[in-house]
Amino acid sequence: MEFVNIIIDDKKIQAPKGSTILKAARSAGIGIPTLCYYELNGQNLENRPGGCRVCVVEVAGRKNLAPACATEVMEGMEIKTHSLRVVNARRTVVELLLSDHPASCLICSKSGNCELQSLAQKLGIRDIPFKGEQSIYKKDDSPAIIREMNKCIMCRRCETVCNKLQTVGALSAVNRGFMAVVAPAFEQDLVHSPCTMCGQCVQACPVGALSEVNQTRQVIHAINNPAKTVVVQTAPAVRVALGEEFGEEPGTIVTGKMAAALRRIGFDYVFDTDFAADLTIMEEGTELLGRISKFMAGDKSVRLPILTSCCPGWVNFFETNYPDMLDVPSTAKSPQQMFGAVAKNYWAEKIGVKREDMVVVSIMPCVAKKFECQREEFKENGNPDVDYSLTTRELAELIKQFNIDFNSLPEEDFDKPLGESTGAAVIFGATGGVIEAATRTAYEVFTGKTLDKVDFTALRGLEGVRSAEVDFNGTTIRIGIAHGLGNARKLLDMVRNGEADFHAIEVMACPGGCVGGAGQPFHHGNFSKVEKRFEAIYREDAGKPIRKSHENPYIKQLYDEFLGKPCGEKSHHLLHTHYFDKSKQIEVE
Amino acid sequence: MAKYKMHLLVCGGTGCTASQSHNIVENLHAELKAQNLQDDVQVILTGCFGFCEKGPIVKVMPDNTFYTEVKPEDAKEIIAEHIIKGRKVTRLLYTDPENKEHISDSKHMGFYKKQLRIALRNCGFIDPENIDEYVANDGYAAVAKVLTEMTAEQVIEEVKLSGLRGRGGGGFPTGIKWEIASKNHADQKYVVCNADEGDPGAFMDRSILEGDPHSVIEAMTINGFAIGATKGLIYIRAEYPLAIHRLQIAIGQAREYGLLGKNIFGSGFDFDIELRYGAGAFVCGEETALIHSMEGLRGEPTFKPPFPAQSGYLGKPTNVNNVETYANIPIIILKGANWFNKIGTEKSKGTKVFALAGQINNVGLIEVPMGITLREVIYEIGGGIKNGRKFKAVQTGGPSGGCLTEKHLDTPIDYDNLIAAGSMMGSGGMVVMDDTSCMVSIAKFYLEFTVEESCGKCTPCRVGNKRLQEILEKITKGNGTMDDLDALRNLAAVIKDTALCGLGQTSPNPVLSTLDNFWEEYVEHVKDKKCSAGVCKSLMRYVIDPEHCVGCTACARNCPVNAISGEKKMPHIINTELCIKCGACIERCKFNAISIK
Amino acid sequence: MTQIKSLADLKALKGSIQEKMDTRAKGNREGLVQVKVAMATCGIAAGAKQVFDYFLTECEKRHIDIVLTQTGCMGYCHAEPTIEVTVPGKEPIVFGYVDTKKADEIIEKYIKNGELVEGIIPVNYESVKEH
Repeated sequence: MEFVNIIIDDKKIQAPKGSTILKAARSAGIGIPTLCYYELNGQNLENRPGGCRVCVVEVAGRKNLAPACATEVMEGMEIKTHSLRVVNARRTVVELLLSDHPASCLICSKSGNCELQSLAQKLGIRDIPFKGEQSIYKKDDSPAIIREMNKCIMCRRCETVCNKLQTVGALSAVNRGFMAVVAPAFEQDLVHSPCTMCGQCVQACPVGALSEVNQTRQVIHAINNPAKTVVVQTAPAVRVALGEEFGEEPGTIVTGKMAAALRRIGFDYVFDTDFAADLTIMEEGTELLGRISKFMAGDKSVRLPILTSCCPGWVNFFETNYPDMLDVPSTAKSPQQMFGAVAKNYWAEKIGVKREDMVVVSIMPCVAKKFECQREEFKENGNPDVDYSLTTRELAELIKQFNIDFNSLPEEDFDKPLGESTGAAVIFGATGGVIEAATRTAYEVFTGKTLDKVDFTALRGLEGVRSAEVDFNGTTIRIGIAHGLGNARKLLDMVRNGEADFHAIEVMACPGGCVGGAGQPFHHGNFSKVEKRFEAIYREDAGKPIRKSHENPYIKQLYDEFLGKPCGEKSHHLLHTHYFDKSKQIEVE
Repeated sequence: MAKYKMHLLVCGGTGCTASQSHNIVENLHAELKAQNLQDDVQVILTGCFGFCEKGPIVKVMPDNTFYTEVKPEDAKEIIAEHIIKGRKVTRLLYTDPENKEHISDSKHMGFYKKQLRIALRNCGFIDPENIDEYVANDGYAAVAKVLTEMTAEQVIEEVKLSGLRGRGGGGFPTGIKWEIASKNHADQKYVVCNADEGDPGAFMDRSILEGDPHSVIEAMTINGFAIGATKGLIYIRAEYPLAIHRLQIAIGQAREYGLLGKNIFGSGFDFDIELRYGAGAFVCGEETALIHSMEGLRGEPTFKPPFPAQSGYLGKPTNVNNVETYANIPIIILKGANWFNKIGTEKSKGTKVFALAGQINNVGLIEVPMGITLREVIYEIGGGIKNGRKFKAVQTGGPSGGCLTEKHLDTPIDYDNLIAAGSMMGSGGMVVMDDTSCMVSIAKFYLEFTVEESCGKCTPCRVGNKRLQEILEKITKGNGTMDDLDALRNLAAVIKDTALCGLGQTSPNPVLSTLDNFWEEYVEHVKDKKCSAGVCKSLMRYVIDPEHCVGCTACARNCPVNAISGEKKMPHIINTELCIKCGACIERCKFNAISIK
Repeated sequence: MTQIKSLADLKALKGSIQEKMDTRAKGNREGLVQVKVAMATCGIAAGAKQVFDYFLTECEKRHIDIVLTQTGCMGYCHAEPTIEVTVPGKEPIVFGYVDTKKADEIIEKYIKNGELVEGIIPVNYESVKEH
């Protein structure tokens, strides 16, 4: 690599040619505050509009201050990061931002996690010298995401994430000058836009302008209602991230403490979405094998590849963008919805509770799950299979509200039977995990042999688009994996144009899969946190006594007692769904 | 009817009228009658000659004799000597200030060189919808020369040597811009003509496109050849329908003649031009914003580098020049860089087109050599201040520029001098203000424009300019404090230092330059709550002078808010709390008893 | 229209057009009065189109043969609409503030009889071609 010699704050530094002042300074241990800058390392995403001007520095010989995030280092450059001129300008810029931002930190969902708030604290701002008009926009309530754009600081992270990472195109800057704001086209509500509710915008938002719909109050009411039996399920990725909300290192596995906390909060049954993940493998795996077998037998009506359908953001995405391919994805419901269906139809009957008296709460690393559980097809006479879907962050909030000292909790187990799961279910939380879990089961069913080694490492990794071939005892199964909807689009376009030849494709809407989900603790652009959660998922898998879904004894029991066989009539009714053409839902009022 | 043999043109411009040019006309008429020449010689009053300094002017036609500083009593001599005897009245001839020679023919007089039309050379001369007229005036001869006799390097060298700098405002050397674009290799390059003229009151580019569209087409073709681009785009605001219409006709005609398209002049070089329409966002005049707009993206600037010359339209090397810059190119090629670089000042070559506006007699589109002084422009070309009022300031550079004062009048106009004086060249708006202009309100006006036109991308421009505007609003409402003046200056400095693009970086200039040059006026607004120019309504107070008021009640009856009270035939009083300063009372008062304090 | 394929083509075209134009401008018997109307947006807004139409219809009606053309901005914004009248053998004269009444006066007095009328705008610039 070629290097250039620069001086930052009187310190001589060799920086790689082409790197920015910001990167050069940070790698030399010199901190420059930023605000709009947002990068997901390794995910090919960089929001670098150079718009907030918080990172300005003084470059000798340059007329005006330079944004460190957007200025490349040059040989001999002399940079000052905290001269009086810089400090004064940076402070003024933050004061200006604050002057057009509601000072409602006390009641803001982002308080304590807000990058603007911490920046103002860091700069010691105790007064906003500029008084004047504040920009006011109407609040936008969607089933999953709330937009309070009065708080928007035009960092454009959401816009970049929505367009570059996800290629959803729901958000862009509208209006000019002081009224400029990021919004769906024509300033419509999100529900009239191509939004998939993936929530990566919420994850990226440095302030409280974008947040998830908070349902902790409804859950507290249900728990305290003696007429209701409240069942909770927790998604795989939650257990490797929840600890962060309580000061644990990213990647700390807190499964036992989480179960204990849920019990302390007062849930009647503490179950695990992982159980439903195993169930998903049974259904989806069977469907996959069925399709492949038919295809190999020469049935031209079979559509391949089969696409996974666990991820609600992804489902919304293909319903909006690929209405011509609605028969391609697996018809299997997501684990959240399978769990809801089983809980309200099987478990409720088993414990003698009427469906309407059972409340199913899910804890998800996800924002789109809130939307998913409200879909009409997942309700019976208006009663949803899953009543409330909380994010990992909301669960942390609940734990704090209940004054539970999370860190000193004992490790407890989930309740049986819907709390029992395998390692295959755990890896649903990471990109490539669903397809690996399916492979573990499909291999044994297809070949009739037992796997020596369940780890299909070829399917693992954090590259945006991956492909691998798995040898099913002489039959080669080609698998594609994408995480991030932009990567999914690349794969889907290849499929649509006949350029891809996969048997199965796994798609997760969020970078890294559910570990990088929008409902997880805010990583503020530090993607290494997501990587550590990712690694923890596989550690959790490795530590499980059973690692193949079809070996989960309670899954077997469920089929014996209730469902019959995978993809049978009952499971077709309860565990499978169909998709809708949503391309026309994008409308102009 | 009379068939006149000679004509005497007497300047009827404001300046000359003030110097009794009407009496000159009268005396000339009388003298002609006395000599019985009234049927042979016609006397006529004309518009301003633009030489007010040496007025009144009398011009004798057809021999073009030009008399200066003529007094009414000179009429007799002009008739007796010039008309009857055919001898010029030497003492009234213009004296060349350098060699002290008398000059009779106006064509040889220095002041005619005050305006030199290079970019506007064909405007007002040729029919812009007829390519033949352009061709007859050396049109397409430059591109012919380039394609048949020159290499791309020679073209760039010629433009570099000419010293031509961007006329859109930035003043970047055009030849260097071309050179950079030529050195970036790519499978496709573009040349873009920036016709997104947006300064308030500016219409230089529109006039060129409406009057001489082929010159821009020809220049873009030359530019394309020089940098290796085969495609040209003209980004023009949709609000310029006539310019668009004439460009479309011109492009069509050029294609029919084979002057656009494949293998132009048999040289093997292909080039064609397309139009792209802008929706009138001011910021789209900034080249990166312009390129985004052409790509169908939101028209907002991105940081540079990369410069468009490296990665521009569709990520390809792109050269963006303004209309006026292009209009200079063909003539530079034809007459040579060494002809062009003799015009102007050391670092600013050639001419600049200005839209001269405001409180000036000869509002107009002018083209002057760089280095001319503001005084010459305002008093000689512009004919001085309207209604004989006092000059107060001249604003150049539009919303990015500043207000210059009396002390700057003798500063030679060029890029660097204007910046040094706290303003800038800009694209060519020039607004002259007299003592009825309130400079705080002027600063506020320009800020309102910037606030309206900011793209909203960077904090200093989006929020900072809004706050500047609010502070100015507060001052004009009479609620300002001395602290506000400090805040204005500090905030303006930070915006200049931190904004992302040229629009934001220059937007505080009207505030800073008025603070510098009209500090007392700000202080007057803040401390005395007074606006001497009488512009800030909130600072006005309507007062009835009891000495003059006869108590006719006309004012009270016409006051829309019943702010005036008083008994019949007794002096009335205005309740200033209620008064909305509409002025209805002053209009009704027949006794001049009401005044604004 | 023929294509211009070479420098020689361009020169030939230029020559033939200039010849035509010279015939107009020179004061010979065939030479016609030439009237140019400044028709940029601002001129049109000030009424240049009406003036143009007036010259067109009135000169035909009055059997005066003129060459009437539109042109771009002459720069005299304070005096729009502006026109330039070139009588063969004489210098071009620019008139400002031309409305149909003034146009009538110009036709009757200047074009027919060479008698100047008020409203002359002295040309106060030099154009590059005169160099």
